[in-house]
Amino acid sequence: MTISRRTFLIVGAVTAASVALPPFISVQASIANAARPIKASVTIWVNDEPRDLDLDTRTTLLDALRENLQLTGTKKGCDHGQCGACTVIANGRRINSCLTLAVMHEGSKITTIEGLGTPQQLHPMQAAFIKHDGYQCGYCTPGQICSAVAVLGEIRDGIPSHASPSLTEPPKLIASEIQERMSGNLCRCGAYSNIIEAINEAAEASA
Amino acid sequence: MKFDTPATTNPIDQMKVVGKATTRIEGPLKTTGTAHYAYEHHDAVPNQAYGVVVGSAIAKGRIASMDLEAAQAAPGVLAIVTAANAGTLGKGKYNTAKLLAGPDIEHYHQAVALVVAETFEQARAAAELVNVSYARAEGVFDLAATRDSGKEAKDQMPDTVHGDFEGAFAAAPVQLDATYTTPDQAHAMMEPFASMAAWDGDKLTLWTSNQMIDWSVSDLATTLGVPKQNVRLISPYIGGGFGGKLFIRADAVLAALGARMAARPVKVALARPMMFNNSTHRPATIQRIRIGTTADGKITAMAHEGWSGDLPGGKVESATQPSQLLYAGEHRRVTMRLSTLDLPEGNAMRAPGEAPGMMALEIAMDEMAEKLKLDPIEFRILNDTQVDPVKPQRPFSQRRLIECLRTGAERFGWSKRQPQTGTQREGRWLIGQGMAVAFRNNLLVKSGARVRLNDQGIVTVETDMTDIGTGSYTIIAQTAAEMMGVNLDKVVVRLGDSSFPVSAGSGGQFGGNCSTAGVYAACLKLREAVARRLAIKLDDATFAEGEVRSADKRVPLQAAAKSGELVAEDSIEFAELSKTFQQSTFGAHFVEVAVDSATGEIRVRRMLAVCAAGRILNPTSARSQVIGAMTMGVGAALMEELAVDKRLGFFVNHDFAGYEVPVHADIPHQEVIFLDETDPISSPMKAKGVGELGICGVSAAIANAVYNATGIRVREYPITLDKMLDKLPPMI
Amino acid sequence: MRPFTYLRAKSPAEAAALAAQVSDSRFIAGGTNLLDLMKLDIETPTHLIDVNGVGLDRIEATPEGGLRIGALVRNTDLAADSRIRKDYGLLARALLAGASGQLRNVATTAGNLLQRTRCPYFYDTHQACNKRQPGSGCAAIDGFSRQLGIIGVSTACIATHPSDMAVAMRALDALVETVKPDGTTRNIPLAELHRLPGATPNIETTLTAHELITAVTLPTPIGGTHIYQKVRDRSSYAFALISVGAIIQNDGSGRVALGGVAHKPWRVESAESVMPQGAKALTEQLLAGATPTHQNAFKLTLVERTLAAVMAQAREHA
Repeated sequence: MTISRRTFLIVGAVTAASVALPPFISVQASIANAARPIKASVTIWVNDEPRDLDLDTRTTLLDALRENLQLTGTKKGCDHGQCGACTVIANGRRINSCLTLAVMHEGSKITTIEGLGTPQQLHPMQAAFIKHDGYQCGYCTPGQICSAVAVLGEIRDGIPSHASPSLTEPPKLIASEIQERMSGNLCRCGAYSNIIEAINEAAEASA
Repeated sequence: MKFDTPATTNPIDQMKVVGKATTRIEGPLKTTGTAHYAYEHHDAVPNQAYGVVVGSAIAKGRIASMDLEAAQAAPGVLAIVTAANAGTLGKGKYNTAKLLAGPDIEHYHQAVALVVAETFEQARAAAELVNVSYARAEGVFDLAATRDSGKEAKDQMPDTVHGDFEGAFAAAPVQLDATYTTPDQAHAMMEPFASMAAWDGDKLTLWTSNQMIDWSVSDLATTLGVPKQNVRLISPYIGGGFGGKLFIRADAVLAALGARMAARPVKVALARPMMFNNSTHRPATIQRIRIGTTADGKITAMAHEGWSGDLPGGKVESATQPSQLLYAGEHRRVTMRLSTLDLPEGNAMRAPGEAPGMMALEIAMDEMAEKLKLDPIEFRILNDTQVDPVKPQRPFSQRRLIECLRTGAERFGWSKRQPQTGTQREGRWLIGQGMAVAFRNNLLVKSGARVRLNDQGIVTVETDMTDIGTGSYTIIAQTAAEMMGVNLDKVVVRLGDSSFPVSAGSGGQFGGNCSTAGVYAACLKLREAVARRLAIKLDDATFAEGEVRSADKRVPLQAAAKSGELVAEDSIEFAELSKTFQQSTFGAHFVEVAVDSATGEIRVRRMLAVCAAGRILNPTSARSQVIGAMTMGVGAALMEELAVDKRLGFFVNHDFAGYEVPVHADIPHQEVIFLDETDPISSPMKAKGVGELGICGVSAAIANAVYNATGIRVREYPITLDKMLDKLPPMI
Repeated sequence: MRPFTYLRAKSPAEAAALAAQVSDSRFIAGGTNLLDLMKLDIETPTHLIDVNGVGLDRIEATPEGGLRIGALVRNTDLAADSRIRKDYGLLARALLAGASGQLRNVATTAGNLLQRTRCPYFYDTHQACNKRQPGSGCAAIDGFSRQLGIIGVSTACIATHPSDMAVAMRALDALVETVKPDGTTRNIPLAELHRLPGATPNIETTLTAHELITAVTLPTPIGGTHIYQKVRDRSSYAFALISVGAIIQNDGSGRVALGGVAHKPWRVESAESVMPQGAKALTEQLLAGATPTHQNAFKLTLVERTLAAVMAQAREHA
């Protein structure tokens, strides 16, 4: 029997009532998982430098950054677009780098946390996060900062949010707007209140 | 040094560096992505391979058969570790369930295999090729159903019975008897469990993400059956722990086994959807609280009885513990019962016991105040105690709870609150305010450090203490700077390495006070060595502004290291003081919520915490600890619940989409006030912990605010709208 | 995730034709749900056809006075479009209530329509799920079902469709344009795109094999007050418990579609005539025949109360 995908097999007779709790189950493999990797070449501009990569097509942008390019500032928190730790700025827009393939980014311009600033030359947003203690363990921080930089751009560009009182007027640079827009970046340490203060300060400085 | 008498004046009291609001010294690394976490040490060793964990498909039973053929043949696969080929494994002292299952399965997603391959993509694909057949056994998954079979865990939390509770309660003119539940909760730290292992002969180095280095070295050695001295752990940055990383987990053991089998360094991170069932969680509780008072509100009888469950040999969630100490009252009974459940392992999560206990107790106090027609703050003040209620000869070392309450009430504007429920309305929103006491005991754990002084005047601190976001790097640097009389930028702090002296580690909110006290002890030794080298009498010497000064001399500190680096090592050990005095931390939470009168959605609008927790070593990071705990308390109050499938025995919502934690939009601006306090009984630092205090009580303050807004009392956390809908005002 | 070939299509017709040439192929645009599911071995294509280069990224006026939204228009751009904000506020609001800023920047119009259920049992390959694996059973019905469907469900499946955007489009009477591998095109009313589970919950839409969505067309604006009310456990970045998309005219008449209750945006046109009688009457008709589980029966009350609030809000605007 050819099994087309990882399959949950119930062994023995099953009645409708017992379907959720079979006595004996078997997890069977997909033979297709055993196929050879397929490689593809792609050139991605990362922090203003072209990077030529020859990759397994399955490689996400996140894993290409972290493992192939060893730019580990971009974090893997969930790998499923549910936490925002992997946020990078692609062609001017923030995205979850875990839910996009590297091969889909031929010619893309990616800015990671390493491209925003360095310990010696901090981006104003990075400096504001330090000043307001907008982080604790630091794991969600690069994603928060990349997201925050992009959020200020989105508000400047007049992109509305769920928190915008009016759809027809330009959104305002106020806490409720920033909180809503930053909600795709989880921080389990709970630095949210400080992060908003940091973003506010960076926003005022850049205004 | 032994700390056995109350602290007197010492160099920390100068407060030139300690006590000053200080940004984190590792901030430039964390904010630029250059702090390296467990999975990110590309430069440490060459030729790293990738491991992916396979988790059990059943909650209880055994592996009937396992077929590795397809996985082994898959491209790039280097090794597959299973219990059948891993050799004899021990079990760590701090683990309840095994970290590699087989043939028996103890819980859902318990690791059954590790697939190691050249790339992550290959390892993940091959992990899907591991064929396992399971024979499912009956399991017990419903805490409520096991309530009557629960047993006293005498070694963990023996019953506290004092006086005649039943008699006093029966005689009390005002009584409350209510039952509350708290659900299973997940730590859900942002960095997944991750480790990289490399063997050099029979010596293992493990880069990992771990709160308690020494415990974990021991447990890893025990599990692998190797001598402890052959195991080195390195954990400089930890992407959150909250108790979940107190112990070694499957990533550590499997990386070590995988690296041995593949004869290459192997790194393993647990996939997020596997974390919730593979690792530990805060166990659910059922809590019955009975309070009897006099007509004017003095507590005469107090019973707090709780139930929790865990795997065989597991831990009780000591939720009723706060009721041993928080309020006065002569006749009391405080108990916990532990029953056996086959859910994943329950274990410590931020303020274990006290967090869920205060979630219940502080609703009960609100309910009782209402019965008495007393303001909830005044009711608590009326029942304050300055001594252990069952051992009156044992005072609290400091207890400024009343001042926390009064200060908070003033700052929050409590007097403007309407005691009548459901009377404040803004359009569709019902507004309410609530408060609760914060209470968490202060624990003391031995802690060591090594301090070096070089000829550049750089002071380097080495300790296996960890910084899990708590701010350890910075307070340790502040301590060393204060002790040695140098600026902060002259201090280098190196943490999280088992080759450094054993510290208290990060847990139980003891890390800050104890680890800095250990650094204090080591610095005292270094000061002695410096004075000796400089031929200055130690008693005459002051260490300030980079100099060592005596009546007749001013010498630059680095001069002491001219002829060679000075190294001093010591630890702080705590003795009888913790028995003579009850050491606890106190606080008060104030919350305002808005409840959508149509949908029952709850939004927190204002939060204030006032804390009395000894000397605050760094107001910046201490405040962050408190707001972070308050945020986690919002999650516990309003959304966090590991949903148990009671047939299949697992947490169903096992990812970040299903297990909701607060997001930015859930959290308002948060205010924190620290009372100016020192506690000379706690340590030479005169500090205590705050990281767990902040979560204790905050969820109850929210629950009480929701009640004030709506008149709806929800006693089953989390307070979700489905529990309120039928009682909300009718829609016009 | 199994190995797959990766091809970039240059036109919609080419994409559909390419897809038909190989087995187990899938189109990828934003990829935010497809890759999520591929990592879990739930989606298992061996060929990916990247359609990001085929155009279809514009919002154009139609001769009838409506708008034609290209399949690849990102959720962010659709919500920010001035015409959408002015005339189809319901759609902008629904989009902005969904996912996160990062996801909306990538997620496409067509991909949003074709995202799959978030039922936790569907997402766990160790559990029985007739949608993921026909015939294996449904672990959700007697399990953790708080989030799941209450109407149009079957004994085989109680999954919901998670899209907010589709709820608005349903209320707006949107049409879905497609192209098939043979180059033929057709229009499918949004109402007919998603299928209820019945005995075959694995068949989720009425699209045929390798049929590619190319656009969504909105008819002429109908005015009225546009309200999208999403009810959820946390304030943002969460799937709906239920949602109400409503367009209400000054005379109290209007249209209502619900999210979070069924495997499609739930609209019952015949029920809308009772709107002036209030939320209770409307809910009774909208949700007639609902079969909730013990855990999600609260959704009936929640729908009614939310509808009442939405209608009250519309009266204030009128």
